[in-house]
Amino acid sequence: MKIIATDRNGDVRELEGRDGWTVMEILRDAGLPITAECGGACACATCHVYVDEEWAAKLKPKSDAETDMLDMALAVEGNSRLSCQIICAPELDGLKVTVAPE
Amino acid sequence: MTSPIETDVVIIGAGPTGLFAVFELGLLDLKCHLVDILDRAGGQCTELYPEKPIYDIPGLPIVTGQELTDRLMDQAKPFSPTFHFGQMASGLSKLDDGRWKLSTDAGTEIIAPVVVIAAGGGSFVPKRPPIPGIDAYEDKSVFYAVRKMDHFRGKDVLIAGGGDSALDWTLNLAPIANSLTLVHHRDGFRAAQHSVNQMRELVEQGKVKFHVASVKGLHGDGGKLEQVTLAGADKQEFKIDANAFLPFFGLTIKLGPIADFGLNLHENLIPVDTEKFQSGTPGIFAIGDINNYAGKLKLILSGFHEAALMAQAAFHVVKPNEKLRFQYTTSSSNLQKKLGVA
Repeated sequence: MKIIATDRNGDVRELEGRDGWTVMEILRDAGLPITAECGGACACATCHVYVDEEWAAKLKPKSDAETDMLDMALAVEGNSRLSCQIICAPELDGLKVTVAPE
Repeated sequence: MTSPIETDVVIIGAGPTGLFAVFELGLLDLKCHLVDILDRAGGQCTELYPEKPIYDIPGLPIVTGQELTDRLMDQAKPFSPTFHFGQMASGLSKLDDGRWKLSTDAGTEIIAPVVVIAAGGGSFVPKRPPIPGIDAYEDKSVFYAVRKMDHFRGKDVLIAGGGDSALDWTLNLAPIANSLTLVHHRDGFRAAQHSVNQMRELVEQGKVKFHVASVKGLHGDGGKLEQVTLAGADKQEFKIDANAFLPFFGLTIKLGPIADFGLNLHENLIPVDTEKFQSGTPGIFAIGDINNYAGKLKLILSGFHEAALMAQAAFHVVKPNEKLRFQYTTSSSNLQKKLGVA
């Protein structure tokens, strides 16, 4: 599956997602500026991304823990997600995300 | 100004690696002072995930970040480490006698022949909202912590955030502020329910205003805030009067002053050798997440291993004329006495 990722400068990159990996891991390993301080434990809100509207509804809904943790993220919008909570899967081929400001 | 403290080893960072270093250094009779910007031990373990279970600590099939910290504190206790909490290690200089002087932003100075940097990703500092020009207002009208409540008396105070800090300060400052507005991106909070209930009561009584909104712009002159642009859930922008703004979005990790210690950082990490875990500067060691070497894994157990080897090398720096006697805690009555068990 492909992930279309936009970084904070507006540069767009096409990344190869791996089924079962989190989107955070794909972004981080590709060198995008995702700090992911807690390593994917939904405990720090530093892997915050905006999901393109067309994809937002196709993702599994946020858990309470993710909703709570987003309260500690900056510049939260309706399409904000923590990328450590999005699992790569074939049906998400083409997922578009933008790294949120820090 | 108090006179500098003199000790054997000063450790920057009281996370799991720094705490275990106290133990390993203590077995070799080296005394430690630790500096940490947080107000308690544990580093990421207690700040980010105190309740989350950790499964990869040898011998502890499951342990939370808080429990691991508590156990490491117990293990370090026989060696009576001194903690300097709530202070950022801000400067490092070499003295004529070859020792190092570490200074903190609170004015503490610690002199030691060995410095151990166990600072993880750096310092926990408040998250700064990405609002254009916010830096011009910081410490004048924008504050990330309340030091003196009286500073906000009679002001039009704006608080942003949805956690306990945002709610607690809303409740505490509402009675003394001229006006208090709370903004959050949703009408829901991750704060204690009774605080949320109290806040909602104040809103009903007209003593606090609450908007589902985010802060988009700050307006004022010379750091003096006058108005703030908010954007509501419908993205419509509007302005309110505010002369103090308190964003409460928790903490994040920034490398901070360690970057200026002259340690030839590589991608914010300190390169070390794998025999002593010493940086390129003799007497300065780096262990845990902050160091880098071929094959490095950012795991707590790696930090423990690095602490043990560092301690062996640090001994020779502190006591160059003494022979290191390598002993096991299981068999050495000498070590057991130090641990208070024999």
